Amino acid sequence: MELKSKVPSGPIERKWDKHRFEMKLVSPANKRKFTVVVVGSGLAGGAAAATMSELGYNVKCFCFQDSPRRAHSIAAQGGINAAKNYQNDGDSVYRLFYDTVKGGDFRSREGNVYRLSQVSVNIIDQCVAQGVPFAREYGGLLANRSFGGAQVSRTFYARGQTGQQLLLGCYQALEKEVSKGGVTMYPRTEMLDLIVISGRARGIVVRDMVSGEISSHLADAVVLASGGYSNVFYLSTNAKGSNATAIWRAYKRGAAFANPCYTQIHPTCIPVSGDHQSKLTLMSESLRNDGRVWVPKRKEDCGKRPQDIPDADRDYYLERKYPSFGNLSPRDIASRAAKEVCDEGRGVGPGGRGVYLDFADAIRRLGKEKIAERYGNLFEMYQRITDENPYEVPMRIYPAPHYTMGGLWVDYNLMSTIPGLHVAGEANFSDHGANRLGASALMQGLSDGYFIVPLTIGDYLGSNKLEPVSVDSPEVKATEAAVRQRTEKLLSVQGSRTVASFHRELGRLMWEYCGMARSAEGLKQALAVIPKLRDEFWHDVRVLGTGAELNQSLEHAGRVADFLELAELMCIDALHREESCGGHFRVEHQTPDGEALRHDEQFAYVAAWEYAGDAQPPVLNKEPLVFENVPLSQRSYK
Amino acid sequence: MNLTLHVWRQPGPDARGGMERYEARDISPDMSFLEMLDVVNESLVESGKPPIAFDHDCREGICGSCGMMINGVAHGPMRGTATCQLHMRSFGDGDTIYIEPWRSRAFPVIKDLVVNRSAFDRIIASGGFITAPTGSPQDANNIPVAKRDADEAMDAAACIGCGACVAACPNGSASLFTAAKISHLGLLPQGQPERERRATRMVAQMDAEGFGHCTLYGECQEACPKQISIDTIARMNRDFLVATRHEHEEKVLGGG
Repeated sequence: MELKSKVPSGPIERKWDKHRFEMKLVSPANKRKFTVVVVGSGLAGGAAAATMSELGYNVKCFCFQDSPRRAHSIAAQGGINAAKNYQNDGDSVYRLFYDTVKGGDFRSREGNVYRLSQVSVNIIDQCVAQGVPFAREYGGLLANRSFGGAQVSRTFYARGQTGQQLLLGCYQALEKEVSKGGVTMYPRTEMLDLIVISGRARGIVVRDMVSGEISSHLADAVVLASGGYSNVFYLSTNAKGSNATAIWRAYKRGAAFANPCYTQIHPTCIPVSGDHQSKLTLMSESLRNDGRVWVPKRKEDCGKRPQDIPDADRDYYLERKYPSFGNLSPRDIASRAAKEVCDEGRGVGPGGRGVYLDFADAIRRLGKEKIAERYGNLFEMYQRITDENPYEVPMRIYPAPHYTMGGLWVDYNLMSTIPGLHVAGEANFSDHGANRLGASALMQGLSDGYFIVPLTIGDYLGSNKLEPVSVDSPEVKATEAAVRQRTEKLLSVQGSRTVASFHRELGRLMWEYCGMARSAEGLKQALAVIPKLRDEFWHDVRVLGTGAELNQSLEHAGRVADFLELAELMCIDALHREESCGGHFRVEHQTPDGEALRHDEQFAYVAAWEYAGDAQPPVLNKEPLVFENVPLSQRSYK
Repeated sequence: MNLTLHVWRQPGPDARGGMERYEARDISPDMSFLEMLDVVNESLVESGKPPIAFDHDCREGICGSCGMMINGVAHGPMRGTATCQLHMRSFGDGDTIYIEPWRSRAFPVIKDLVVNRSAFDRIIASGGFITAPTGSPQDANNIPVAKRDADEAMDAAACIGCGACVAACPNGSASLFTAAKISHLGLLPQGQPERERRATRMVAQMDAEGFGHCTLYGECQEACPKQISIDTIARMNRDFLVATRHEHEEKVLGGG
């Protein structure tokens, strides 16, 4: 497989302009002749569907939720970055680009990241025009806050509900296009396979989750915007329905999967409270603007009430270890530091897996009212879950799986290795390298959806002559048959274990061996166990009911079956990457003071894995990463 | 904790439903309400019985997927809380809990506790947006918005579209949902050009979907997990009246 990144030549600040001019256009009259399928209705999918419909394409948009407004982008709390420099604090497109490449630990593609930074300013304009109620200053202009990994204030926000407000803006634009007839929306419909004809993506096979009907939707191009795969860990901050099925099915049809081991463990989540736990709740990183992270200096103090531990006996470990970024250190670094102090036995709360996030100083400095205005809804959320009042006692937090930087490999046009299959948002791998900075996921989703995919799709359609396809073609029939067979197989096992029990077991395994710290020994162990667990699943899972009805166990079973395969690829990738970078921390590769140690000479590449059949190991393809603008250096936040 | 549940079971949209009794054993007060249902469902599957179907996704009160009547109250006993954020510490050992789907003619039951809320999408599609095609806007700071207006718009925009307002309303009205969107967009300068048209169309669509009329019981704001105020309904009514008046004037003048 040849990986052509197709990043345009020339100076970095001219690449996107040059490319936009060189791309083929489809005339307005011809656009309506093309049909594009979009899978997912979050920021990337919803924005792409709405924008392509505005341009004149016929769009079919699919989501598994009962409404496109419920896509998991809605849960993003803290904010969205943009290089507006409204604060006059030295920000620029170049600085956002630099911060993102460095924050990603030099494992992302410079050309894509620069474009993301350029487009970031248009996103804010677009969202304001749509009526997104961003926070404002008394003068009526937009407010900003700081986020991890940056020394400027470039994050725009709508209380602690930024994702919700951006998604609703996008959803409203989508519904506007639905009412005009440009988009047909298919809610409660799940993509179960990709249709590939003559080497091109030409549609998808879906299951209507209410009637159980399996059908095909043909198209001239397909956009996957189905989100990330953190739920491979069972416990994550993702919504319960978030899954990898769409991208995994595409992988098995020939799309390369890039850097599957790059997962982000978010430092500030509410700790696990018991075995019944079904998901983990994030506390926005924005809290680290005013909250101070600490644990007791001595193990013996861990059982004491936090208010009884004097300042002198507290270890504000982020401020101590990283004086210039302090509590705003990037996520991977903050997460690992929390794990370290807990491993030393200095963790707090049940099971000793927690650190304090303390607002006492901020409340003294700014007053309770100001803190309530900034974080009120997050404090309420915390209190509901833990029954503790964070205005009076410090929050307890611990890292949890949150985001996956890995995803389907795409070129500069966001097209995968299958022509016609574009991948947007968290589902692709492109912009965050080995670690994503806070408030950059919303930026990337909207950048891909509003400003990139709608144009690059035009280039694909304008420069390729597509042959007509029919639902009666053998490829379509075969793909549908495979989906039916798999569904029937899941229902026919009639074993003894619930789907959830398998998912929990896989999650524990992945958290243990492919979580915050990874070792060759642990990964090998995981690789020995996963195939056995998968085998047991296919022989002993119990899915009741039929395929011809709303069947939530069946939906879950299909997703867990895919996670059981993806988990293996993640471990293979993590084992092969003999270095530490960003969220991928191999215990064998660290600096004397415990920081991630990259090996650029060997590993400055994208690992794009190619499916080679169920009985064969996947094939590794490498896209070398070239850094012409941001010189490779060891990341330092000290 | 041990609890007795009475849950509405209905195999499909056209099937007859009824209440079934279940025992929920060894429930921790730290569990969320949905985690309690997970435990019941696991034991149902283990004993070969179909699990209870219910909508849920983010489990942190923002996606609006979940929602059920708990002892006759939409989202249960805690104010400003979606079902997924409700924790079992709100109940006592030995309690009996009745769980039913949203009650509304416009939200037909699909299965058990799952209802069809697509009417809400159609209300938004009828006018709940600002027409701003991608790429056309000016710089964001060229449109100053007074902080008070932005804050008030945000209060209304916090709606998660769960449908509790409809389920709680004795008339089955969707006024709070519709008014929240009309208020959010109507309070912002960007929303002015389409303000009247938006109100007329969204109200018409709300009626066409079979929702009841608002007689200001106020049950909706009590049930709303985001505590959206019925002040928004006053805004909607005002916008609707002004729009109707202007339409009328246009007809009269236009006819001359």
